[in-house]
Amino acid sequence: MRVALFVTCLADTLAPGVGRAAVTVLERLGLGVDFPREQTCCGQLHWNAGYADEATALAARFGEVFADAEVIVTPSGSCAGHVREHVPTLVPRVAHVAARTFELSQLLVERLGVEDVGSTYAGRLTYHPTCHSLRLLRVGDAPERLLRAVPGVELAELPEATECCGFGGMFSVKNAAVSSAMLAAKLDAIASSGADAVCACDASCLLHIGGGLERRGSPVRAVHLAEVLAG
Amino acid sequence: MRELAARSARPVAFPSAAEAAVTDEQTRTNVRLAQDTIRARRVAVAAELDDWEALRDAGAALRDRSLSRLRDLLPLLEDRVTRSGGVVHWARDAEEANEIVVRVARAAGAREVLKVKSLTTDEIGLNAALERAGLRPLETDLAELVCQLADERPSHLLVPAIHKNRTEIRDLFRERLGLEELTDEPRELAEAARAHLRAAFLRAKVAISGANAAVAETGTVCVVESEGNGRMCTTLADTLITVMGIEKVVAEWRDLEVLLQLLPRSATGERMNPYTSLWTGVREGDGPRAFHLVLLDAGRTRALADPVARPVLRCIRCSACINACPVYRQTGGHAYHTVYAGPIGAILEPQLAGPRGQPGSLPFASSLCGACADVCPVRIDIPGLLVHERGRVVRSERQGLEGASLRLLGRVFASRERYERAQRLARRLQRPAVREGRVRWFVGPLAGWGSSRELPAVPPQTFREWWADRDRA
Repeated sequence: MRVALFVTCLADTLAPGVGRAAVTVLERLGLGVDFPREQTCCGQLHWNAGYADEATALAARFGEVFADAEVIVTPSGSCAGHVREHVPTLVPRVAHVAARTFELSQLLVERLGVEDVGSTYAGRLTYHPTCHSLRLLRVGDAPERLLRAVPGVELAELPEATECCGFGGMFSVKNAAVSSAMLAAKLDAIASSGADAVCACDASCLLHIGGGLERRGSPVRAVHLAEVLAG
Repeated sequence: MRELAARSARPVAFPSAAEAAVTDEQTRTNVRLAQDTIRARRVAVAAELDDWEALRDAGAALRDRSLSRLRDLLPLLEDRVTRSGGVVHWARDAEEANEIVVRVARAAGAREVLKVKSLTTDEIGLNAALERAGLRPLETDLAELVCQLADERPSHLLVPAIHKNRTEIRDLFRERLGLEELTDEPRELAEAARAHLRAAFLRAKVAISGANAAVAETGTVCVVESEGNGRMCTTLADTLITVMGIEKVVAEWRDLEVLLQLLPRSATGERMNPYTSLWTGVREGDGPRAFHLVLLDAGRTRALADPVARPVLRCIRCSACINACPVYRQTGGHAYHTVYAGPIGAILEPQLAGPRGQPGSLPFASSLCGACADVCPVRIDIPGLLVHERGRVVRSERQGLEGASLRLLGRVFASRERYERAQRLARRLQRPAVREGRVRWFVGPLAGWGSSRELPAVPPQTFREWWADRDRA
């Protein structure tokens, strides 16, 4: 099977390691990976910010860029959620493309039935279920099943795990004070988990959480699910 | 119009009000504890019902059915109430509703009017209107009484004094009720309020309530509450006035079967609220001698006409969304500066306020985490409606630098060449601000980000550059 990688604009530009890790995981499982170079952004940022015209144009563009892909995979619960749940309403003619789009853990566990991806890791991880993977996309426990199957991963429970980290795209800038207060609560929870890294399946939330950990001078690292699975 | 005047008095936009609110550790601790308690109870009692999800479906469906039939249901309700000896009034806006209530209360010879906790009367600023007319409103719900004595706005739909702990309430009662020996034992505090209110119940000429629902086919009005103060008001007063938003009507008696299961479980996490009062007009020798039902529009028909926003009118004011909200958790309700706070307020207030409302910062007071939608008993797609309201704001107000940036970004993303050029440009432009792979100066819109977070610089190689290299190899 060939899969087309939608790396997301954010990972492409600010967290390329996440994209590289996703490629490693997919190829190790014997999948052929394509990267349609025309891809840019799915339009989620614009949609959430209230810019429906731009979001609609980008949704249509996403549909055209990935029109020929058999399966589209993205290392982002948020972008996958937007593509699957909003894009078909914005641009009905690309609904079939949206329906073939999967978040990485969703593709591996639900679609391919794979839990053990052949990676190893050494350390104590805590998993933060990002809001859109949890409540928009409903990936369920797919990410945790993948993590549990990695030899060397010790999973620590994250208190109040389903509470939003406070990123929220433009929210993190427009409502910086509340976003920071939400982040502080999340960082406290991460610290009390005793983990040496926090794992999630959205590079955007991890940018925010990781940036907060670093600012605090915390030794805890923020790692993407793909990066753990690529190890 | 006073209603709009009250709304446009909103002094500060949410981000700045919230900036102050997040430093109020006492309120935040109170809110967090209260949220945790109510959340846990809600989860437990919802899980008791095998058909909870089906009940939510039914709740959404019956509310939608009512909303699509208001044209028939409201005249039917008027007919049934009138036949049962009640009087129905129609109010286009807050001002008309307040005038009606003042006129009826004065005609009944009241100097003091008792209030059952009611958001609708808060919405129209009824207490202030009564005071202007020389009538003294007395809130009889314990937490509303606390807010009234403290001269503060309620900070939560259902737990109005959620921002106050019992020590603060003790101090307030000591000062305002002259009870110097009072301790902060909950029992003593409740007893003090009870003694204060009991005398008022017994002398009440006029009481004012809101309504949780009204059944069109029977003309029955319904109020649910926990403390019995509502029952006192709706039975002891000579004249009862109910102010109800027109969207609260339901078609049939059996609709209550669904709503009365959804509401208490979603609201306070109880299987059943302690008091459910249902009355139909008036009865000789039993309860009030006169009943007036004021049907209030105040923006509701406008919301009804917006096909995307219409489901906001399903809301049964349970406040489950507020209890689930991580933003509210950090700020409490006062930062919203509205009657309806939290996620529901952020989508309801702009609809009720209409085009002359204040600039909209409320729809942006959310990370779109979706916790609200997951608990809404009538399945309002709150994140979807927040995005809808954001769109209305973006289209109707100048968005300055943000608007220009997002429109430019839209053009960048519309072309692969422009996008790749922008990546390279960002890498070049960031140079003076970058040290060891981290952005060190946070200017303009990035200042907010930099207040609590580091930001990685655009790395030497984007993903696509890596891919292109690998492809060539």
